Amino acid sequence: MPKDGSGLSLDGLGMPLWLVVELTYKCPLKCPWCSNPVDFERYRNELSTEEWKDVLRQGRALGALQLGFTGGEPMLRPDLEELVAEAERLGYYTNLITSGVGLNPERLRALKAAGLKQVQLSVQAPDRELSKSLVGLDVFDHKIEIARAIKAEGLPMVLNVPVSRYNIERTQEFIDLAEDLGVEYVEFANLQYYNWALLNRAELLPTREQIDLSEKLVNEARARLGKKLTIYFVVPDYYDNRPKACMNGWGSIHLTIAPDGTALPCQEARLIETLEFPNVRERGLAWAWRESPAFQKFRGDSWMKEPCRSCDEKEKDFGGCRCQAFLLTGDAANTDPVCVKSPDRGLIDELTGCARSDSPRCADKLVMRDIHKRLAAAATAKA
Amino acid sequence: MNDETPLRPEDAVELNPTHHFRWEEPQQAHVLLYPEGIVKLNETAAAIIEAAIAAPTIDAAAKTIASRYGRDDLEPKIMNFLEDARAKGWIRVKS
Repeated sequence: MPKDGSGLSLDGLGMPLWLVVELTYKCPLKCPWCSNPVDFERYRNELSTEEWKDVLRQGRALGALQLGFTGGEPMLRPDLEELVAEAERLGYYTNLITSGVGLNPERLRALKAAGLKQVQLSVQAPDRELSKSLVGLDVFDHKIEIARAIKAEGLPMVLNVPVSRYNIERTQEFIDLAEDLGVEYVEFANLQYYNWALLNRAELLPTREQIDLSEKLVNEARARLGKKLTIYFVVPDYYDNRPKACMNGWGSIHLTIAPDGTALPCQEARLIETLEFPNVRERGLAWAWRESPAFQKFRGDSWMKEPCRSCDEKEKDFGGCRCQAFLLTGDAANTDPVCVKSPDRGLIDELTGCARSDSPRCADKLVMRDIHKRLAAAATAKA
Repeated sequence: MNDETPLRPEDAVELNPTHHFRWEEPQQAHVLLYPEGIVKLNETAAAIIEAAIAAPTIDAAAKTIASRYGRDDLEPKIMNFLEDARAKGWIRVKS
């Protein structure tokens, strides 16, 4: 996911500097904004330990430097420690992106000993009750305990807050929590609307006023805390006039491997049904990255249509997000409709115009990440 | 040491513990790796950081660099660069 304020300052020279491995789509939580595919249960054939190690070796040979272990919940893989050790041997800067469920002080120590450099821990609410209603499980106390254990191990930690209408008015409490925990980084990641989040968009999308207020509190905290706490604020792109420079361009520096070995330019790209993505089980990673038609498709700018083609900002935002163009306009080669120059911008204005500021209520309003509930909701919508 | 106090020649600096600094063969350059970020350093920047974190003081690092490049007018530039590097959170003053 693109990050406002993240420190990327180099051209990848054609290398996938950022490798993200989604070890599994399994997760005990039921977050209704999950970035995994809504039909994640279709992809059960996870890569084996040896296959993942091979992916890591091939990624490093292609020049990858930053490595994110994610999922689903990566702690559900009993071989995680072994994979982290291999990543360390290969010379990656290794990040663990986790809900904290399945993580305990013993495994944390083992992961650190194996060479883990950083933990990104998701926190969905500043209190137990809201947390439970948002993730479908009573895990808040465990998350706080594990956050303290991560600090006790001396690992740098990012507190990742997925921001929606349900928690945006709690911004100050999240900042206080981060300060109390002594973490180095907080990331307020306003949801981007794909997959499960898209399914729940009407319920999750905050208003412009709520976002402005949240950002104001973030800026005050930045001024007060300085270098003690770095706060990233991921811009909710629906409220922008220009699209995000998604993934720094398609197939530019980001490479994601899905649990079944599918190679993707980003974690959401699988939703572009018109593309066939390569799988590392069939051909190597080098082919997938350099040669495969799916990765070539939107590289550079020769694929662009108007208004991108003649736009003097195309080097800056690369036309925005291909997934968003596909989801909202039906053609992944269109300009991201977030751009005010897009003929489809009206679609975004219509959506933000519907954003509500009334008090959200969880019960029955959100389709939780649960395949059976989703199918039931789809059936109701059709009826 | 306060963040706001300007660096002094007698200060010792160290890498921010969340950061890793190393040579990266495919990039043919030194890189800094840290949570959520990668920075590729040019040769001068890498030489200054390498010397500064190895030396007991900034002054000593400046002398190392001066002898390496055969120039003795570099200390103000080194100081400026290190101030920048500190502002970016790459290095900090040893306490």
